Amino acid sequence: MNFTVIFHAGIATGTILLIAAIGEIFTERSGVQNLGIEGMMLLGAMAGFKIAYTTGNAWVGLLAAILAGGILSLLHGLVTISFQADQTVSGLSLTFLGTGIALVLGEGLTGLTTATIPNFTVPLLSKIPYLGQILFTDHNLLTYFGYLLIPIAWLFIFKTKPGLHLRAVGEKPDAADTLGVSVYRLRYLYTFIGGCFAGLAGASISIAISPGWYSHLTTSGQGWIAVALVIFAQWNPTRAALGGYLFGMLRRLLLDLQGPAMLLGMKNPFFYDRNLVFFLQMAPYLLTIIALVWGSSAARRKRLGAPAALGEPYIRGERGL
Amino acid sequence: MGLRLDVQKRTEDYPKWLPAATSVGAVLLAFVFSGLILLSVGADPIRIYSFFWTASFGSWGAVSDVIVKATPLLLIGLACAFAFKMKLWNIGAEGQFYMGAFFASMVILLPMVDLEATPKVLVLGLMMLMGMLGGALYGFIPGILRAKYNINEVITTLMLNYIAVFWNNYWIFGKYSDAGFQMTKMFPKIAWLPRLSDFAKQYKGFSGITLHLGVIFGLIAAVIVWLILYKSRWGYKITLIGDNPKAAKYAGLNITRNIVLVFMFSGALAGLAGMAEVSGVVHRLQERISTNYGFSGVIIAWLAKLNPFAVILVSVLFGALIVAGREIQPSGVSFLIQGIILFLVISSDVLLKYTIRVVRTDKNGEIVQAKSAAVEEAE
Amino acid sequence: MTLQETTNEALAVEMKDITLRFPGVLANDHVNFTLRKGEIHALLGENGAGKSTLMNVLMGLYKPNSGTIIVNGKHVSFGSPKDAIASGIGMVHQHFMLVPNQTVTENILIGLDEPKFVLNIKKYDQKVRELAEQFGIQIDPTAQIWQLSVGEQQRVEILKILYHGAQILIMDEPTAVLAPQEAAELIETLRGMARQGKSVIFISHKLNEVCAVADRLTILRKGRATAEGISVEGITREALASLMVGREVIFNLQKKDQAPGEVVLELQEVSAVNNKNLPALRKVNLCLKEGEILGIAGVAGNGQSELVEVITGLRECTGHILLEGKEIANKSPQASISAGLAHIPEDRIGVGTAPNLSLTKNVIMKSYDHAPISNAWRVNYTAAGVHAEELKNQYKIQAPSIETQARKLSGGNLQKLILARELSSKPRLIVAMQPTRGLDVGAIEAVLDLLLEERSKGSAILLVSEDLEELLSLSDRVAVMYEGEIVGVMDQKEADINTIGLMMIGSLRGDPACPPAETRTQPTDLNEQGAE
Repeated sequence: MNFTVIFHAGIATGTILLIAAIGEIFTERSGVQNLGIEGMMLLGAMAGFKIAYTTGNAWVGLLAAILAGGILSLLHGLVTISFQADQTVSGLSLTFLGTGIALVLGEGLTGLTTATIPNFTVPLLSKIPYLGQILFTDHNLLTYFGYLLIPIAWLFIFKTKPGLHLRAVGEKPDAADTLGVSVYRLRYLYTFIGGCFAGLAGASISIAISPGWYSHLTTSGQGWIAVALVIFAQWNPTRAALGGYLFGMLRRLLLDLQGPAMLLGMKNPFFYDRNLVFFLQMAPYLLTIIALVWGSSAARRKRLGAPAALGEPYIRGERGL
Repeated sequence: MGLRLDVQKRTEDYPKWLPAATSVGAVLLAFVFSGLILLSVGADPIRIYSFFWTASFGSWGAVSDVIVKATPLLLIGLACAFAFKMKLWNIGAEGQFYMGAFFASMVILLPMVDLEATPKVLVLGLMMLMGMLGGALYGFIPGILRAKYNINEVITTLMLNYIAVFWNNYWIFGKYSDAGFQMTKMFPKIAWLPRLSDFAKQYKGFSGITLHLGVIFGLIAAVIVWLILYKSRWGYKITLIGDNPKAAKYAGLNITRNIVLVFMFSGALAGLAGMAEVSGVVHRLQERISTNYGFSGVIIAWLAKLNPFAVILVSVLFGALIVAGREIQPSGVSFLIQGIILFLVISSDVLLKYTIRVVRTDKNGEIVQAKSAAVEEAE
Repeated sequence: MTLQETTNEALAVEMKDITLRFPGVLANDHVNFTLRKGEIHALLGENGAGKSTLMNVLMGLYKPNSGTIIVNGKHVSFGSPKDAIASGIGMVHQHFMLVPNQTVTENILIGLDEPKFVLNIKKYDQKVRELAEQFGIQIDPTAQIWQLSVGEQQRVEILKILYHGAQILIMDEPTAVLAPQEAAELIETLRGMARQGKSVIFISHKLNEVCAVADRLTILRKGRATAEGISVEGITREALASLMVGREVIFNLQKKDQAPGEVVLELQEVSAVNNKNLPALRKVNLCLKEGEILGIAGVAGNGQSELVEVITGLRECTGHILLEGKEIANKSPQASISAGLAHIPEDRIGVGTAPNLSLTKNVIMKSYDHAPISNAWRVNYTAAGVHAEELKNQYKIQAPSIETQARKLSGGNLQKLILARELSSKPRLIVAMQPTRGLDVGAIEAVLDLLLEERSKGSAILLVSEDLEELLSLSDRVAVMYEGEIVGVMDQKEADINTIGLMMIGSLRGDPACPPAETRTQPTDLNEQGAE
């Protein structure tokens, strides 16, 4: 087991979660919960792969993935913002729909290879001892995009005027409405943005970080983990990024645990009884639950919480107005 | 002059037939939309749909297959409807189904009783109990997390689904594998639910008909769920908490306890479905006994507007979808149709809250007269 | 439409022939309204008369079905509050429109064009501070809204519209949340602004207040203007009242003198924290006897909600709460209910009812688990229906049928539904929080009559209200709360608004709430017979 490899891989795969989670943070901060990330990611992964394959250009694929996720999310917007339907159920149906479309249109893509977003080593920075190897050596361009996304998202939400409006719409939509900030328009906008990020996250799997189309196994529940990550991160992009990277590293660690015959000077049980590996496979999902429990009790202690209007449809004239 | 949609909030109650009509409309429209998508990928939707029909209702054997598939869907649909009534989003029926199958199988695999000496009724009874216990215990986890720590049950139940699959795999591959295959040894006949083909000697027509007793469990469960939800004190409490938890708390109800209980009851129904599947269909514990039943259950419950008797009808439709879908290419079609159905169903709920009419407008955009009083589909 | 068609230089706002229809309601019916520059114009009307709606039209929140609006001589058609704000109109809504977890400055900046993108909060903190000083408003721009008192939040709202450059200020029921002295201060501030040339629209349903504040007034009744811009000079209360509700409104409350009986409710040293974990109740002592109404006065947010919640079992506390001698502190709501408590909650839709369930299912909320509504495991919906039908007739609840969903009822009928449910349990103690808020006059009268009837039957009633007049006319004794403490209790006959007002803002303390300790009953956790 090589920890440099684990850290390096964790940063790479963590990027997928990070992108999806930050997108969802935007959406939820506006008061809309979109549980359909898994479906939008899978659709994005398929669209990215298929378009990259047919055009031979990974960047066009990336654009297609972003649009696919965004367009699908608009359905969620229509149903929850305009029709005021339950956000949980709508998010679920988005998952089914995204999965269904992706599987139908992705028929026959399995096993193909396609153009991908290239990897890249940053000059100078990669020479930093140890950290350079983990953070700046042979990473996908999207991983570097992830690095940039963290401060940008944070600054946007907390230090800009549109960010102020975003938070106002999710916390107290009627206040925003009385000041001429359009609640509906902003909610549609950030639902769309969240969808675009989910599509991008999907493509970052299929044509960038671990290229290929493996039908529904391409995402294998990472969309749901991203939703959990948002709660764990208390709607803060920085914490979401940390959580995403940590999660990526843990997954790689669990994978690597199966390799060596000896572990910490003892016989490695996972090496000698292959069936115990099932418990390792369980671990990420179990960890997600534990992270949720831990995250939400920490939130209670610090009196942080979900945006106050999260999940509530806004109807002008319902309360006070 | 122009036409536009005039949307008005309903001040009167909606007609009683409207919810059922929107569900039927949603299903029909879903087939239309899916057909369009199929056309766009070069498939022939008419051929696929007629194949759907013959594959699912073309013969008695096919019908029996459909009902066999509908049985777990019925129980799981009921499980979901029950939890949804209290606005608990139990998406984990899949996991509870696996745990029910696992617990029921343990009666045979351990074995818990002497399989030679115990009467069949007792063995099957014990399997049922264990199946429901497994599901209930697995429902307890998200229930208590939601009730005590207010943790989103959608995520916990989904994660528990994955965990249940790996848990079962461990026992199937690691402990009870039949010569290394992804299944345990076949259960002895004593652990099989009776099925119609067992009576082929007396009635020739039953030969090869795999319909088993589990469907009766499902029908009884539907009646019980209906009694609880619509006739009992507990059902009243569930309805009240589902509509307004604050009012329920103010009325002195213990919400924490009811969340846990409802989750466990829901889990028990899904667990029973797992038992019926291993004991009535596959006769062993094996991998992939569920083809996303948990998710279909969500859609079934919603399409049935949480009405237990409507769940029976809808689960037959979905059984057909799955039976036919097994042999259909591309493989995602039934998923696609299910997703579209659910979307249309929740969208059509807007018709219960608003009236939507097409109106004629003059050049100032003022409404001239109603063109049609009929309610139009909003999509 | 017969008003002068030429624009008038002295007019800040001219609304002509405004009609606005909501599903099933004509909210504004051909209303005319004019506002002169530098005047305070009162908009009077009872709840639901269409006052706020008319102002929301002016703010661009609703588009009227017909009518024209002229602001400062220009025809306008606002598509959004942004346009109204740009035309110099600002509104302080009755329910404050502030984002609780943002700072004062952040709240003020929402919706403005400046700053465009980067939020240099320090710079704007300074601007807000300067503006506050200019108008003599004390506020810390960096404070988060949830940390501020109700009065401070109102100041933020006013500061907000001043920052937006408002020349026309709309104040929607601004004194409802204030103590009398604070209200006087606010009115002085508004006067000062009017002298500086700003115009003020003052929405109210309190007759006394508008006479003291306004230069002119417009009265709305059921969406129609019954008086348009008349001068307040020489007008009588009675005349106003009949314009407002169309009949004599001075209530003829049948309140008999009666000697209170045994102690029903007793609070001993009760303390509790609020949702933010800050102290909300500090060692509250209270006692309440049968046949007595104890009014709780206080500015909103001084612990009244928490007081009600600890008594009804919805909040944890320390100390003792004895209902008929039985300890109910920190038990469940169920324990309080079965000990004989009825609770008329402040939030009728959010707490008091299940909005999507039928009338029947709402009236059995507290009786579904015993005969005759229930036998064994079943709910007997036939019996429940009979019960609901009885209550519907007895309490004159206007609804199409007992199968109608609660949310389709009007505010008054919803409150009657709650009263029917709560009073039909023959309670010993009734806790009523703001029972008349937002109701029209007819419904208010019905609610007050019902409470007085319960009083004469011997129930003890704890009445929490922000309407001092109502409180004084109904209560036998009045207790004043300030920052979680009972700062004074006085007999209704000795109480006067001025003293209560001073107590409400913490400048005066009165007598202790309960008689000396030796006459009190003791907790009976160990000794059950003690109380009776």
